[in-house]
Amino acid sequence: MKKLMLLLALLVCAGLAWLGVKRATATNDGYSPTLQEANEHKILLITVGSEPRTLDPQEAQGVTEHHIIMSMIEGLVAPSIDDQAKVVPGMADRWEHNEDSSIWTFHIGKDRKWSDGEPVKAGDFVFSYKRMLTASFGAQYAENLFILKGAADYYSGKITDFDQVGVKALDDQTLRIELVGPTPYLLSMVQHDSWLPVCPTAILKFGAIDTRDSKWTRAENYVGNGPFKMKGWYPNDVIEVVRNPLYWDAANVKLNGINFYSIENANTEERAFQAGQLHKTGQVPLDKVPYYRRVHPELIRVDPYEGVYFYRLNVARKPLDNQKVRLALNLAVDRDAIVKNILREDQKPATGYTPPGMGNYQPLNMITYDPARARQLLAEAGYPNGKGFPKFTIHFNTSESHRAIAEAIQQMWKEELNIDVGLENQEWKVYLDTQNNKNYDLSRSAWIGDFMDPVTFLSMWTTGNGNNNTNWGSPKFDALIEQAARTGDPTVRFKVLRDAEDLFLNELPVVLIYWYTDTYLIRPSVQNWNPLVLDNHNYKYIDLKAERDLAK
Amino acid sequence: MIKIIVGRLLQLIPVLWMILTLTFFMSKEVPGGPFSAERQATPEVIARLNAYYGLDKPLWEQYLGYLGKFARFDLGPSYTYQSESVNEVIARSFPISLQIGSLAFCIASVLGITAGVIAAANRNKVWDYFPMSLSMLGICLPTFVLGPILALLFGLVLRLAPVSGWHGLSYVPFHPMIMPAVTLGLFYSAYIARLTRGGMLEILSQDFIRTARAKGVPDHEIILKHALRGGLLPVVAFLGPAFAGLLSGSFVVEKVFNVPGIGQEFIKSVFNRDYPLVLGTVAFFGVLIVVFNLISDIVQALMDPKSRN
Repeated sequence: MKKLMLLLALLVCAGLAWLGVKRATATNDGYSPTLQEANEHKILLITVGSEPRTLDPQEAQGVTEHHIIMSMIEGLVAPSIDDQAKVVPGMADRWEHNEDSSIWTFHIGKDRKWSDGEPVKAGDFVFSYKRMLTASFGAQYAENLFILKGAADYYSGKITDFDQVGVKALDDQTLRIELVGPTPYLLSMVQHDSWLPVCPTAILKFGAIDTRDSKWTRAENYVGNGPFKMKGWYPNDVIEVVRNPLYWDAANVKLNGINFYSIENANTEERAFQAGQLHKTGQVPLDKVPYYRRVHPELIRVDPYEGVYFYRLNVARKPLDNQKVRLALNLAVDRDAIVKNILREDQKPATGYTPPGMGNYQPLNMITYDPARARQLLAEAGYPNGKGFPKFTIHFNTSESHRAIAEAIQQMWKEELNIDVGLENQEWKVYLDTQNNKNYDLSRSAWIGDFMDPVTFLSMWTTGNGNNNTNWGSPKFDALIEQAARTGDPTVRFKVLRDAEDLFLNELPVVLIYWYTDTYLIRPSVQNWNPLVLDNHNYKYIDLKAERDLAK
Repeated sequence: MIKIIVGRLLQLIPVLWMILTLTFFMSKEVPGGPFSAERQATPEVIARLNAYYGLDKPLWEQYLGYLGKFARFDLGPSYTYQSESVNEVIARSFPISLQIGSLAFCIASVLGITAGVIAAANRNKVWDYFPMSLSMLGICLPTFVLGPILALLFGLVLRLAPVSGWHGLSYVPFHPMIMPAVTLGLFYSAYIARLTRGGMLEILSQDFIRTARAKGVPDHEIILKHALRGGLLPVVAFLGPAFAGLLSGSFVVEKVFNVPGIGQEFIKSVFNRDYPLVLGTVAFFGVLIVVFNLISDIVQALMDPKSRN
């Protein structure tokens, strides 16, 4: 009898829990008090992933930092509302360039102000670029500015006079930028953190031009020029920014503020979204994607994103030094199956290296799934039916999806080529160490584009580049990248870059896997959050509407 | 007594020195550095950064430099939080863990001791089996399971508590510290319940209890007045380090509820190779554990005349 009662009690508990979960998912009405209040006051609640390390654009390295800095600091130009290839005026009202896009003149608007009330001057940009290029400051992205004439020499100490570097303030309103070669993508590039201006008085108040980690980035000291300004910074929790009344285009800013929450755990983030604490998440837990697609298609979005997922091959190791083996490995990977069965977020099988969406640059369609040819190539390389093929290892950083993909590829290679591959996962920093020391056979990798030009993907493969890490190099490839940097005509330039990518895909120091998408949850109340391939949103366009009004 | 306390506190110095030395050299042995990233900076940049933070000096020089600063309570800059020092990181994250930990401690001891006493008083009856099975469940149910369950129930269904975050969440009835504290508290209360029951049963079988019963002392008086004091001794021995553990924050619970406490900082500092933050948090936890062990020893001595010497 007692046992029966206990069983009954347990059943009731289980039933209640089930009902609870059911109700939790059903009450997804968007009318949570938080969201209502946020919509009413026009405060956008979003997540940006992990806690930013810094909000100094010149020390920042990550996407998280970039998304927050974007709200408070505006570059010479800013992203347009719905097309990442287009720009709108930022600090510069207008701009012009010479025929081959190697000399640019930006006209800074007279009404541009820092949030401390001081006007933004052309000289502030000169100061900022000088800071980036001061070697002792140790900016990780200093190289991004080496397209400025004389910048590399100044950085390495060959010249000590910054006046010889190709950036000049002709007067307070006019900034002249002289580049080492034609740079038609400069407008996209200057939106990158490394090209954003910093306020000289704010920097110098807390240290010298090359002082790292100074206190100017603290909430109470932060000075920006963007549509929003800092209100509070609670590390590992939330960064609050509010409307900046001194912003030149303040009249067109729709939101009154943004709360950037740092939530690393995808499941916690998804719960916060369900509980009505967030308007938008940065990711969706892999196993929840099918659920949202089925039950709440209005809440989930999958946008194209400029990124490629691949394995680096260490071409210094046998048998990966053989081009035929590398091609065989690529041809034996069923990318469609990986994308459809493991990732399920509409990623595209990578048939080339540079992903689609780079303006007029068409992605290459060279690598497909062709197991028969793969077997033939392997035989030609001296390993018929995988006989005598040395065992090698796929090395990746610890993560569920990296493991799932590696296991799938391991199995494909076993089935199609009859070769044995081991798997080895490592903690993040150990993994980076292994990859940078080229102490691996195959290493999981990814690359996200910084700006709208294929060179952001291709230039990393030049011989000895710090991000190459495969021991692969080709003088011909280097020459083509060099040539592209000297070519002014955009059509000819893209043709040269295409030739370079073609060569790269013939040599293949990588196993291509997929092109990224950006998957996230978003409330219908968020307006103008358009798909942008660099995920570079100009927050001044974002608006919030009460969901009740939307329903009407 | 004071002599003992001073003596124990003096022991803290060699203990801390040992901890710091071991952690310092071990953390430097681990591959990977604080400045490595997926997008690799050039070797020159890395070299400059290492020079900037003094990581290019010989190891013994770095070690002595660190000890010198530590002696002046300067824990150095954090590499992860680029505008904060380690002292500041601890100063802002510890109060949060302190609030959660204290509340969890209260929940754990009240629930655990009550359940344990009830179970012991009703040995081998329903009121023994029921709380003890619950506590078994509590021990078996890890916080990363219990946490999300509570978050679903109180956050999503009842909408009483936030499921994530700490600052500015005034719209929900519960303070953000309640859910993490309940999660942690329930977990610890399970242990405490079992310890209390064990301790109580041992005392209840002793001669002086039998004498009391023979003299006709009522049951509740026997338990609360005579048995409890002795029965709680093993619990007090456990509570000292447990409290230190609770205060130092729980990485898992802080992660589940996204609470910016010190437990997260400790784990993340290791992943980020933020050497000063690793050393700072380790030393801080070291002090906490020593101090709370000392307090628990003092309380035990007050409760148990046998251990006073």
